[in-house]
Order: sequence, then C-alpha cells, then structure tokens
Amino acid sequence: MNPTLSFFYFLSALTVLSALMVILSKNPIHSVLYLILTFFTLSGHYILLNAQFLAVVNIIVYAGAIMVLFLFVIMFLNIKQDQEETKANIAKIAGAIVGGTLFVILFGAYRKTLIPSYNPNQFDSQIGMIENLGKMLFRDYLLPFELASVLLLVAMVGAVMLGKREIGERHF
Amino acid sequence: MELTEFVIKTITIVVVFALTLVIAMYSTWGERKVAGFIQDRMGPNRAGPGGLLQPLADAGKMFFKEDFIPALANKWLFIAGPSLAMLTALLASAVIPFGSTFRWEGHEVVLQGVESNIGILYVFGVVALGVYGIMVGGWASNNKFSLLGAIRAASQNISYEVAMGLSLIAILMMSSSLSLGEIVAQQHGGNWNIFYQPLGFIIFITCSFAECNRVPFDLPECETELVGGYHTEYGSMKLGFYLFAEYINMFVSSAIISVLYFGGYNYPGMDWVYNQLTAALGSQTGHNIATLIGTAVFFGKALFFIFFYMWVRWTIPRFRYDQLMNLGWKKLIPLAIFNIIITGAAVLFLKPLITAWLN
Repeated sequence: MNPTLSFFYFLSALTVLSALMVILSKNPIHSVLYLILTFFTLSGHYILLNAQFLAVVNIIVYAGAIMVLFLFVIMFLNIKQDQEETKANIAKIAGAIVGGTLFVILFGAYRKTLIPSYNPNQFDSQIGMIENLGKMLFRDYLLPFELASVLLLVAMVGAVMLGKREIGERHF
Repeated sequence: MELTEFVIKTITIVVVFALTLVIAMYSTWGERKVAGFIQDRMGPNRAGPGGLLQPLADAGKMFFKEDFIPALANKWLFIAGPSLAMLTALLASAVIPFGSTFRWEGHEVVLQGVESNIGILYVFGVVALGVYGIMVGGWASNNKFSLLGAIRAASQNISYEVAMGLSLIAILMMSSSLSLGEIVAQQHGGNWNIFYQPLGFIIFITCSFAECNRVPFDLPECETELVGGYHTEYGSMKLGFYLFAEYINMFVSSAIISVLYFGGYNYPGMDWVYNQLTAALGSQTGHNIATLIGTAVFFGKALFFIFFYMWVRWTIPRFRYDQLMNLGWKKLIPLAIFNIIITGAAVLFLKPLITAWLN
C-alpha cells in the first residue's frame, strides 16, 4: 500500500474514533477536547487533498476560536460527575430514533448520489492553493461570497445588540 | 528529496530547535539581569560568572522537586495542560525563515523548517491554539482561582487575536503573499515594512504582548487578584513548562515581528558584503558565510525584541481587566480597520502615482 493511502486510512480511523468519543465520553470537557481532535484530523484530510488554506482556516476558526468559546461556557457550567442526573429512558429512546432515522436518510441519499468522475489529466492539483482559491472566489463566485459576508455582518450586529447592556441594568 | 538537501534541512531544523530552547532558557537569566539593571541591583551573580549557570541551577531544582498532583484534580488533563502549552509554543518556529539559502555542491537549501505558501496563517493557527494549554491546565486544577485565570486567558487571547489578524492583513495586502520567506525577500534593500506600516506595527506588538500573557497584559496570572492564576496548583517541572513556554512564545513572537516588520535577515549593505565575500572566498563559502551573517543579524533583531519585552515588563504596571477589554475591542480593532483602509487606498492610488513620478 502506498504511504498516502495508509496515512489516509489511519487518519480516517482516528477521525471516526475521536468523533465517537465526543458523544461517548461522560465528561463534557472531554467531549470538547475530542471534538478539537476531530477538527485536527479533518484538517489532516484537507492537507491530503492539497487544500492547505482550508486546513489552516479550519484550525484557526473552529479549533482556535469557536471551540475555545465552547470550552469557556462548559467550564462555567460546573458539572460534577457524581451529581449527574441519569437521563430519562424516553429521552434515550427518542434520541436513538432520531439519530437512526438521520443515519438511514443520509445512507439512502449517499446510495442515490452519482459521484461525478473526473479526468486525471485535466485535474488541477493546485486548485486548493490560496492564490487559485482567491482568484476563484473573487472572479467566479463573487456574488455568493459577498452575500455570505453580508450575512455574517448581520449576525455580528445581532450578537452585539443581544450582548449590549440596557439602560438601567446593573453593572456587576 | 536529495540526500544532501535532506541532511542540510535536518541540521537546520535541529539547530533551530536547539537554539529556540537555549534562547528561551537564557531569556530567564536575561530577564533577571534586566530586572536587576532597571531596579538598580545586581541580579543573579552566584552560579557561575555573572550568574550564567543560573538557568541550569533552576532547571535542576525544578526537576528534583516533588511532582505533585492535587487529589481532586483531573489527573490526565492536569498533565496535558503544560504539555500542550509547550507543544504549541514550539510548533510555530517551523515556518520562520532564519536566513537566506545555504549552498552545498550545487544544492541550494533554504534555512527554514518548512517553506509553505500559507506560512503566516500557520503561525496564526498555532497562536490560536496556545490558549488550550492554559485553559485545560486551569480547569483541571479544580481550583476557582485557576479557573478564573484560565477564563481570563481565553477571553484575552480571543479578543486580541482579532486585532492581530486585522493588523496582519495590511502587511499581506502590500506583499500579496502569505509565505514568510516571500515577505522577507520582498523587504530586501532597506525596504522594511516598518516604514510603510508604523501603525500596523504598534497594533501587532501590543497584541503579541497580550498573546504571550506578558506584562502589562498578564491578567491570567495576576497574583494580586488570583493568587497565581492558572498555575496556582502547579509545581516542579510542570510549572517549569508553563514558564518556559512563555519564554519560547516571547522568542517566537520576537522572531515573527522581525520577519514581518524589520526585514528578517536583511541588513543595510548586505549586497556589498555578499559581493566582497563571494569575490574573496568563492561562490560557495562566500555565499554560506554571507547567509550566516544574515542569520546572526536576524537573531540580533529577535533578541532586541526579547529585551524590549523585558524592558516593558519592568516599566509599565498591569492593566485592569475592563481597561484591557476596552483597549482590545474599542481601540485596537477600529485602528486596525482604519489601517487596512489607508493601506488599501495607498496601494491603489498612491503607489501608481509615486512610481509614475519616480520614472
């Protein structure tokens, strides 16, 4: 087996394992840390696909900013392991049904999807490099890009409005 | 890769790694000496001449102390905290260009761990991860003060990362490249970015103080409010790793500052020196010696910024926490955006005018 392929299998196994550990571990802090590990292995996959920019941005945005905030909130929640309430059976059954249905839907969609083949001779392996990605984004996909940025701006303004202290509210 | 290139690259990486550790180790000695100088006292002077063996003595003490883990701490995460801090601190030096090329029997090898076209983004990603060491360690200690220190560290790092990234964008707009090697090469011939980006430089250096948790932004370990912050429960070599990681971060950020704003291994008159050396010693030896001089200049610049960190530490008092947040969000971010707009306008309108006028 060539080294790239064996590395791919190793990375995939690690991804699946850490993703499973996210939902299986009892302690929410461990879950968050396993989720960070999952993001790292996904970045590894991006690098194998020669998309370095995507890999690094994935780490900066998800592992570096969003997961820090997750960890931040969960650390404040102060969940004690021994005081954890056992969840009701009905919740477990409902979760199993919803998860199972989602899995069946995804699997069915995957079975129906035709994955378009590509021509290895015309395939541009440099498309994931930042120069090409930038040209592509600002030339062919300018409108979606600008729309996405407007959406993010709206979300940011909304977050600022929510977080703003109202007049007469206590300072603490 | 050819065997010769592989060997030169391996030697480069090992030397860079060792130098990072040695510089971080002697920064602890330098910090005390600078503190002593500023406070008009001697500093360490018992171990070796001028206290030069003091870092070794400290390391020996750290290693032989009892490795203590509090009873209610989360054992694995308690150990993982300092390890993560050390790991993320050491990762960043992989993409820093320490010199131009090294020539050996027709092979040219760049004195840089990895030449990557996303170099600066890589550094940014590693910096973003630096906070995990502190957060994991602070939480795992199972101590309110540690947790508060960790939370402070996280919010501080996230806030200042934004302004840091925005101040970098101005540089990227000018260089139109993310590769650190390329950014340094463009500053050849006294064309240093500090002359074009003084505002960006001030924002960047402020943010790097905050990212390294150095005074005046050392709120995470603020001993007057939080006992010792995130490392209250730590002792022996685990505490040593936390402190050591801070010094490595200092060295790496100093190196990044000199790469981005002060021309890296470029120095005035380097072409003249290069021509003299290659004429006198031949194209191989002369070239290599010129490269080594450039590397020495680079380390000189980086050491100056380490000294600057220490100078500021013993001069300026600590910020209050709301002042820190106001400075980050309400002053530095608008300033950085203003800097981006000015730079964009200058690149679009002023640069063609000046080039037309000069020609």
